Amino acid sequence: MTAAPLKITYREAVKQAIREALARDPRVFLMGEDIGRYGGCYAVTKGLLQEFGEERIRDTPLSESAFVGAGIGAAMAGLRPIVEVMTVNFSLLALDQIVNNAATIPHMSGGQFAVPLVIRMATGAGRQLAAQHSHSLEGWYAHIPGLKILAPATLEDARGMLWSALQDPNPVLIFEHVNLYNMEGELPSDAGAVPIEGAALRRQGRDLSIVTYGASLHKALAAAKQLAGQGIEAEVIDLRCLRPLDDATITASIARTRRALIVDEGWRSGGISAEIGMRIAEQSFYDLDAPPMRLCGAEVPIPYPKHLEDAAIPQIETIISAATSLVRPS
Amino acid sequence: MIDFRMPSLGADMEKGTVVEWLKKPGDAIARGDVVAVVETQKGAFEIEVFDAGVLREILVAVGNQAPVGAVLARIESIGAGVPVGAEVPPPAPPSPTRAPPVALKPPPAAPSGERLRISPAAARRALELGVDARGLRGTGPQGAITIADVEGAAPKPSEAPTPPRRGFDPSAMRQAIAAAMARSKREIPHYYLSLPIDMARSLEWMSAENARRDVEHRLLPAVLLLKASALALRQVPQLNGFWIDGAPRLSQAIHVGWAISLRGGGLMAPAIRDADRLSLDQAMAALRDLVTRARTARLRGSEMMDPTVTVTSLGERGAESVLGVIYPPQLAIVGFGAARPSPAVVEGRFAVRPLVHATLSGDHRASDGETGGRLLAAIDRLLQTPEAL
Repeated sequence: MTAAPLKITYREAVKQAIREALARDPRVFLMGEDIGRYGGCYAVTKGLLQEFGEERIRDTPLSESAFVGAGIGAAMAGLRPIVEVMTVNFSLLALDQIVNNAATIPHMSGGQFAVPLVIRMATGAGRQLAAQHSHSLEGWYAHIPGLKILAPATLEDARGMLWSALQDPNPVLIFEHVNLYNMEGELPSDAGAVPIEGAALRRQGRDLSIVTYGASLHKALAAAKQLAGQGIEAEVIDLRCLRPLDDATITASIARTRRALIVDEGWRSGGISAEIGMRIAEQSFYDLDAPPMRLCGAEVPIPYPKHLEDAAIPQIETIISAATSLVRPS
Repeated sequence: MIDFRMPSLGADMEKGTVVEWLKKPGDAIARGDVVAVVETQKGAFEIEVFDAGVLREILVAVGNQAPVGAVLARIESIGAGVPVGAEVPPPAPPSPTRAPPVALKPPPAAPSGERLRISPAAARRALELGVDARGLRGTGPQGAITIADVEGAAPKPSEAPTPPRRGFDPSAMRQAIAAAMARSKREIPHYYLSLPIDMARSLEWMSAENARRDVEHRLLPAVLLLKASALALRQVPQLNGFWIDGAPRLSQAIHVGWAISLRGGGLMAPAIRDADRLSLDQAMAALRDLVTRARTARLRGSEMMDPTVTVTSLGERGAESVLGVIYPPQLAIVGFGAARPSPAVVEGRFAVRPLVHATLSGDHRASDGETGGRLLAAIDRLLQTPEAL
């Protein structure tokens, strides 16, 4: 029996997921910059210090390499750390720990050491935080064997992916898009863990498949709604997990629609959409009735001014225009 | 480049399904190589190529259907290919609407250097529907031809297309036989002749011959009938060939289509090539090989295209005589009933002799009864000196 739905924000859904993990498993603790006394730069962890104490809600110095490394060590030693990195841009300071250590130690130790570490990061543009806080670099991490890369776009996934990630013996990175934190919707009051593998078909259609993830999912769904008014029925796939990619859901969709539009805030050159596009070419070539198309972030550092920031990433209007040109070229 | 086309494996064939490619692009090909297996209503046939070269491109993938004459693959020629059976023009695939026999112009190709802009899915659909995508107007990105463009150009099917079936299909063969036989009776004015032939000498000679042979090299009466028919056609060539474009076109080569009934029902009549030039042993080997392969559905395409005449022998358990229906566009069919001990008059006295009723169905447009009678008489004469066959 499903409990009555609660009105809840994405921010609150993430927080409930963290609270549940802290309550259920004494090995779980939280670590990151400004997460305790300040309550998190996006206010996700507000109140948790008072509820769970300094042992388990730990403010760290501004040193990503050090505290991500400490998280890896704690995970190897048997704890279940949740490390928050303020934005993906800052995680570059911890690249060595993530790529050279977290992703490789299970492999290099011949399976003797697991690294059951979860790293949460904010990603994406739209909050006027300029070029050093707004990029979408999750595609880079999706390049790395040994990591699992999640991109929760819905309240269910924000609420449910964390617990599943903590059960994974390998490092899992969760990318929360900054524009989703204020998103509000309904969630069953007993919502819990969800699978962290596989894409989800968020809308069915016959004319094209829009493949996307994160905040772009909601733009794609809004675009699909408007396209339906013009007689174009778009199928919308929420990738959910960027590594491993769910090829089966994508190819099955293209077998129905025969056209693919990939929407991704990241830069086009060498991005995750390039990977998806190539897989489509490899696996769905004879199903395609048009070349696969990408709608990506403009290849500039994300600008500060609102109108330029908006122009630099996919928007509902540009998705509609790309979809229309794919289905009804003039 | 040479076009390797879907052959016509009989008057009743309109299309075939490629079930296997035995060569792949880049493979060298010698004249006579089997390059593909094509399935028709009459089963699967191995298709040979009559040119030497290199297979460059396969245009019809396994599992796809193509009409007779459609280009299946392209072969880059190494030296000029010699047409097969140079002495006999191969029968043109008959068509209800007859095309004027003028030199064929190559089909209009896309301007050189420019490829047809068609989506992969549309290209596949075009093959499935048998739609020639050249000349279609594309409505896709950059003017590419899309699935919708192809489907819009496809002839509206009167019924839902049946999925291509693999393996022998008795009901499809029944339809093929029905089409060919109905056409024969509609178009060909048959005349019928018959002659009882005394087989005593032939059978005695054969028994003596078989007594010295081991089991696998023994002769059957059928091979004597086959050889006698082929040699008789040399003497009466007016019955060997085809009726094409309102005139007989005789063949010097005598390729006897030997009617074989199939165990699952139905029949076919693949060729024993140059039957008049085979020794009895060679003819016997050819007959055994052909029957085995017909019943396992591994005949070659040329064997279905080549026959210049048909011979049907009912065998020992069959009826006394058979008045055959001519397989268009051939000119005649020779039939033999079972050899039975029968009352006969020999040198003015009644005697019991093994008689075979030989029959001839001839196309009256091409020949008359007098000619046909000479053929039956020649067969009779030849069977009286079996040692000379």
